[in-house]
Amino acid sequence: MAQKEGRLARLKALLEEFYVSPYRGAIARARREEDDLFMLFVFSELMGVPNPAAYYTLELQPLLLERFHDWHRRQGLEHSPLDGFRCC
Amino acid sequence: MNAAMLAAVGLSMIYIGYRFYSKFIAEKIYRLDPDFVTPAHAQRDDIDYLPTNRIVLWGHHFTAVAGAAPIIGPGIAVIWGWLPAFLWVIVGTMFFAGVHDFGAVWASVRNKAKSVGALTGDVVSPRARLLFMFVVFFLLMMVNAVFGVAIANAFQDTPSAVIPAWSAIVVAVAIGVLIYRMHVPILWPTVIGTVILYAVIYLGEAIPISLPGSMLGLAPGAQWILILFLYAGIASLLPVWLLLQPRDYINGIQLLVGLGLLYGAVLIANPAIVAPAINADLPASAPPMLPLLFVTIACGAISGFHGLVGSGTTSKQLNKETDARFVGYLGSSGEGALALVAIIAATAGFASQAEWRLMYSEFGNGGLTAFVQGGAVIVSNGVGISREFAATLLTVMAVLFAGTTMDAGVRLQRYIIQEWGAIYKIPVLQNGYVATGVAVATCLLLAFGASAARGLPAGEGGMVIWPLFGTTNQLLAGLTLLVISVMLVKLGRPARYTMIPMVLITTAALAAALYQLLSLYRDGGIFYFLLWIDVIIVILAIFVLLEASSAFMRERRAAEAAAAAA
Repeated sequence: MAQKEGRLARLKALLEEFYVSPYRGAIARARREEDDLFMLFVFSELMGVPNPAAYYTLELQPLLLERFHDWHRRQGLEHSPLDGFRCC
Repeated sequence: MNAAMLAAVGLSMIYIGYRFYSKFIAEKIYRLDPDFVTPAHAQRDDIDYLPTNRIVLWGHHFTAVAGAAPIIGPGIAVIWGWLPAFLWVIVGTMFFAGVHDFGAVWASVRNKAKSVGALTGDVVSPRARLLFMFVVFFLLMMVNAVFGVAIANAFQDTPSAVIPAWSAIVVAVAIGVLIYRMHVPILWPTVIGTVILYAVIYLGEAIPISLPGSMLGLAPGAQWILILFLYAGIASLLPVWLLLQPRDYINGIQLLVGLGLLYGAVLIANPAIVAPAINADLPASAPPMLPLLFVTIACGAISGFHGLVGSGTTSKQLNKETDARFVGYLGSSGEGALALVAIIAATAGFASQAEWRLMYSEFGNGGLTAFVQGGAVIVSNGVGISREFAATLLTVMAVLFAGTTMDAGVRLQRYIIQEWGAIYKIPVLQNGYVATGVAVATCLLLAFGASAARGLPAGEGGMVIWPLFGTTNQLLAGLTLLVISVMLVKLGRPARYTMIPMVLITTAALAAALYQLLSLYRDGGIFYFLLWIDVIIVILAIFVLLEASSAFMRERRAAEAAAAAA
């Protein structure tokens, strides 16, 4: 019984790997693009872009500050675009 | 000759190639080192670079390279008889495709997992890299056009395949959503999805779909082509996880099931091969076997597309350098096995030689149709299912392969067009929708334009492009072999095992392109746009050969200078 379960687990792992690995990079990049757009949305008000959902996104800013530096570098901005927040 | 014997001889030869020749290449030429730190370890990021089980990696490489092309090519090429097609597939797999795929993985692994395109610039010359980009763009354009036409023809030949083939998209999307969004473990979606996929074939048989004889002045073939490209355009814009990833996964399963079913049926039914070994009574439209055989069968013997796969994802996930032999050489061997069974289906699945000759009354006939008709007879006799069910099953399998290649092909074309937009500062081309529109338009132009010069209804003569597609594919293979050969010369190792295939395949591609130049001129005159595409291919082929000789002379001079200095 245990041997059977072990074989099934191995099959599942093999199928999982077969499904995931060719597109791991493409999906990670797509997910990052979505995240980047979300970051822009959250920090838009601070950069002077009116944000109708600012009341809600303001709460998220402290949670996303850790990712801020990587994000602005990815957007091609050498230094932080926010006067009040100098991460580098 | 009976089919089981041919299958046994062919598979044994492929195995001998793997067992002995690939071992020799691994030990003496590429000199694989089990202690070499592969990019999967050195650059590990758990996204692109990640050491992967070699069986999984082999499965990827095999399913990524084996699609509709190793079925269509041999299905057309048996018009010259089964023997030339058989010999080219076997010799090609053993001595051309094996070292090519294996070499592409090795070369990439030894160069930080760079793609063959990037390596062409580094190892040969920046000019060669530009050449590479052009060849890839033409290849994608042709592969999309050819597969669009092939699917349209398959839907017209087997209307019962329409519902199952389109249902596969629904199944794929459902699997994608279940796994990605709802985090359902993979086993059940796989089992249920596969069962639905085969169960829907019964529905397809009950409700065959045929398009109206004429709509807006377009024949059914042309209507299908438009629908398919509309779909491919939309599909290429969808997120990868939603359609492309689960479709690829389903195809992998289909490929393994299909291969097992076909070889099992061949062994049980053991039909006689009715086609002649060498066809002395060729139809007037058939071109000479030399050099056209070598471009009519590209995938299945050697194909440049494999180098893109090998140096794209495969090399970034290779756990040990020694796995390159198993993944690369054996991956191409799997495709050879698919081409071999396609030859058997297209030559042994007919009641008599007269019936076979009826199928091959003109060059370009056969292909997928012969594979489906012949394969259905063999599967029906071997496994005991109805011939109609078997025909639908095989059509769905081939259509899924071709359809997924179209999805991925249009997507890749879009990326290239967007990149050109960025390089040449044309903002409109950087827009995803515009780039997709341009990609689809070029493919449609090719698919429709091919029939116009032959006086056929739009979309009916699209397989005219097939030899041009094969020629471009072989040029790409030549470029990859050139990169591997130059690397070997630089390392002071024997380069003849890759250089000889490179010279032979590029020369065959050039000769085929020159022959087609005359033939296209006869068909459509100087204003036939396929003629101009062929002219570009001829120029590219000449440049590949010139780049090759220039790179070798440069490396030889460098080696002589180093020897003199020492």
